Amino acid sequence: MEEFIKIENVYFSYDESEEGKSFALSGIDLTINRGEFVAVVGHNGCGKSTLAKHLNSLYIPTTGDIFVDGINTKDDDRLFEIRKKVGLVLQNPDNQIVAGIVEEDVAFGCENLGIPSKEIRKRVDNALKAVDMYEYRTHSPDKLSGGQKQRIAIAGIIAMEPECIVLDEPTAMLDPQGREEVMTTITRLNKELGITIVLITHYMEEAVTADRVVMMDGGKVLLSGKPKEVFSKVELLRKHRLNVPQATELIYRLKGCGYDLPGGILNEEECVQALLECMKKRGERSVGIKG
Amino acid sequence: MSVLKAENIKLVYGAGTSFEKTALDDLSFEIEKGEFVGIIGHTGSGKSTLVQLLNGLLKPTEGRIYLNGKDIWEKPKKIRNVRFKVGMVFQYPEYQLFEETVYKDIAFGPKNMGLEEEEIDKRVREAAIFTGLREDQLEASPFELSGGEKRRAAIAGVIAMDPEVLILDEPTAGLDPLGREALLSQIADFHRVRKNTVLLVSHSMEDIARISDRILVMSKGRKVMLDSTKNVFSHGRELESIGLKVPQITKIMMMLKEKGVNVDTSVLTVEKGFNEILNILSQKTKE
Amino acid sequence: MVREITLGQYMPGKSFLHKIDPRTKTVLLIAYIVFIFLCRNFISLLIMSLFSLLVIFMTKISFMKYLKSLRMILFVIILTGFFNIFYGSGEVLWQWQQLKITSGGLINAAFVIVRISMLMMVSSVLTYTTSPTDLTDGLERLMKPLKIFHVKVHEIAMMMTIALRFIPVLLEETDKIMNAQKARGADMESGNLIKRVKSLIPVLIPLFVSAFRRAGDLATAMECRCYNGDKNRTRMKVLHFSIKDLIALLGCLVVFAAVIVGNMYFPAVI
Repeated sequence: MEEFIKIENVYFSYDESEEGKSFALSGIDLTINRGEFVAVVGHNGCGKSTLAKHLNSLYIPTTGDIFVDGINTKDDDRLFEIRKKVGLVLQNPDNQIVAGIVEEDVAFGCENLGIPSKEIRKRVDNALKAVDMYEYRTHSPDKLSGGQKQRIAIAGIIAMEPECIVLDEPTAMLDPQGREEVMTTITRLNKELGITIVLITHYMEEAVTADRVVMMDGGKVLLSGKPKEVFSKVELLRKHRLNVPQATELIYRLKGCGYDLPGGILNEEECVQALLECMKKRGERSVGIKG
Repeated sequence: MSVLKAENIKLVYGAGTSFEKTALDDLSFEIEKGEFVGIIGHTGSGKSTLVQLLNGLLKPTEGRIYLNGKDIWEKPKKIRNVRFKVGMVFQYPEYQLFEETVYKDIAFGPKNMGLEEEEIDKRVREAAIFTGLREDQLEASPFELSGGEKRRAAIAGVIAMDPEVLILDEPTAGLDPLGREALLSQIADFHRVRKNTVLLVSHSMEDIARISDRILVMSKGRKVMLDSTKNVFSHGRELESIGLKVPQITKIMMMLKEKGVNVDTSVLTVEKGFNEILNILSQKTKE
Repeated sequence: MVREITLGQYMPGKSFLHKIDPRTKTVLLIAYIVFIFLCRNFISLLIMSLFSLLVIFMTKISFMKYLKSLRMILFVIILTGFFNIFYGSGEVLWQWQQLKITSGGLINAAFVIVRISMLMMVSSVLTYTTSPTDLTDGLERLMKPLKIFHVKVHEIAMMMTIALRFIPVLLEETDKIMNAQKARGADMESGNLIKRVKSLIPVLIPLFVSAFRRAGDLATAMECRCYNGDKNRTRMKVLHFSIKDLIALLGCLVVFAAVIVGNMYFPAVI
């Protein structure tokens, strides 16, 4: 897989004094590959949001370097190039929408990039269709639901044709329906349009859909691997104030009692299947004993 | 006698205009003193509207609301007094903080109730302890606190009023898993110690399942069910049909039952599910 | 509910007025205001009034809505009319103690009432037929020449756009905060003026804090989308003039000319 973002030994402190700094990021080494869907999880205050804002040069590392498609984020002259490649969607849907009409807000980024008028029109239409909000293009954003607003924010980024979208807890302020809408959209963008996705979240149900899960605490990366691998480490996650899906926890506890069950169970279907198999095996064994 | 009673409530917005909308229709229920009732429903089901009726912020178009047997709108000018007995914590309550110090902000409610200085002080300190705020935090400006601390200060502000009925609208919105657990435990503790009545509006089935005695299920402005937690979640299919999801563990039990395994489908926590499955597995060995 | 106040009350439609460029409408409205005050006799006033009614009719928006806009300034109209009738000069027609109705007073009153009403309604034509975005766009283009005087035209237009966009949001938030404080026993209804103003503090402070927070978030979001003032900035919607604007311009010129003629050939009454 091709490297897209390379984070090398990054330390970051909000404190600008020389002495006694406390670091929000303490030695992060991480690579994001092109086309990947990476979920970054951690409790509030672990540094994941700070990391997200480094990926498009909103913050610059105190020490260490970050390269976006080969460009160092410290390079002031190439700031717009970086922000064109890496879009950032934030938590509050309302506070990202600039214009009073949906299609005008989606056009905002393109207008800033100096793209010709007709081209902007095309991009805006395509972006709105990609997030399934095309029919709302002349509506006013304030009548839309949270999930719809967040999709508009995403469309505004897509119109700039980024290679990667970073989303910092995009569903934290949404209701379950809104969360589903946004997650469906993000997954579709990754699978169908090949856009690299970095999703910052504390919802485990969202992280299970990623290609890779990165777990952070105290400004450090503690775990990185496929969802099945990461979520099987139930105790470690608990220690770092995170939950696992109920299905995962159930299997974990049963395994702890000695039952033969596979690891890495993430959803209901897998869980039920594993349990049925286990029950069948035990039933067969007992038949064997009787017979 | 019930502490809260709703009788044929109907609420219509913009009656007579082209924007007419019936937010609540033919809603009746009773809440007993000391209960912990969860209120669940899809967005737009009317649950937030309902709770605003219960403390007199909104007036029903038709129907009545009784607090301890008395119609709350009997004396419209005295509706403020109802709010001293039915306290309400809104979504993202940290956005209502305004005073110079956390102490003063928590004291806002008790002050409005006209209590004596001594009593106010006692209540503020008790509420602060309950929500885990420290002495030094009381003297700080509310805007210096972290997000989670601000929320606790806002909730303390309502707890300090010591209402008979405490209503919380999505109190865990935006919190991470640990924050959610901590807050819900605090609410459960508060309920146990104070022996008051609590109504909790939430989207999270897991949260509600864990601490409610009864659950009121709403859909499209109407009451669908009001029953014990166990019974409500045993109607998994019906809940799904109105757009709600049962906790994942309950779903797992439901799916096992469909495949012929004899499990209790009203299981709501991993603990109970774990015990159920253990039973089944050990039974199979004995066969 | 506070949310039901819509600013400017844009009413989408396909009338001639809707299709004219916002710049044309703005400039012509200003000219209209000047000319309505230039009328010196009933003939010119009549010409302007008929013209106003024609324009209103052409918007295809119900006349009732225009009358509603008068409702807001009804008090002003009545008061001004009253003072003009009873405190004018000229031939006295009726008198009772200090109050006298003069011919001059009556004429003044008539002119004032007609002027204010027409002004209000024709201004509404602008806001009813032009979306807030088009209005700010039009104003931005009109003000472009002011850049020579170091006036930050683009920034002002951006501020207007953002302000308009956030007004409903802030109104809704005010509602929510008010409810939250009322739930804590705040009394916003009773008491004297001072007490009522004080009771607004628990609403205003959180509102201000929130507005600043939103501004900070929005600025970050704008930076993420490469906002850089109006350096190299293009627009998706480009305003352009069409034949309709020319027709509107010519039509107005004809009417204004008629007003001047009316002023010249008939005696002035005011």
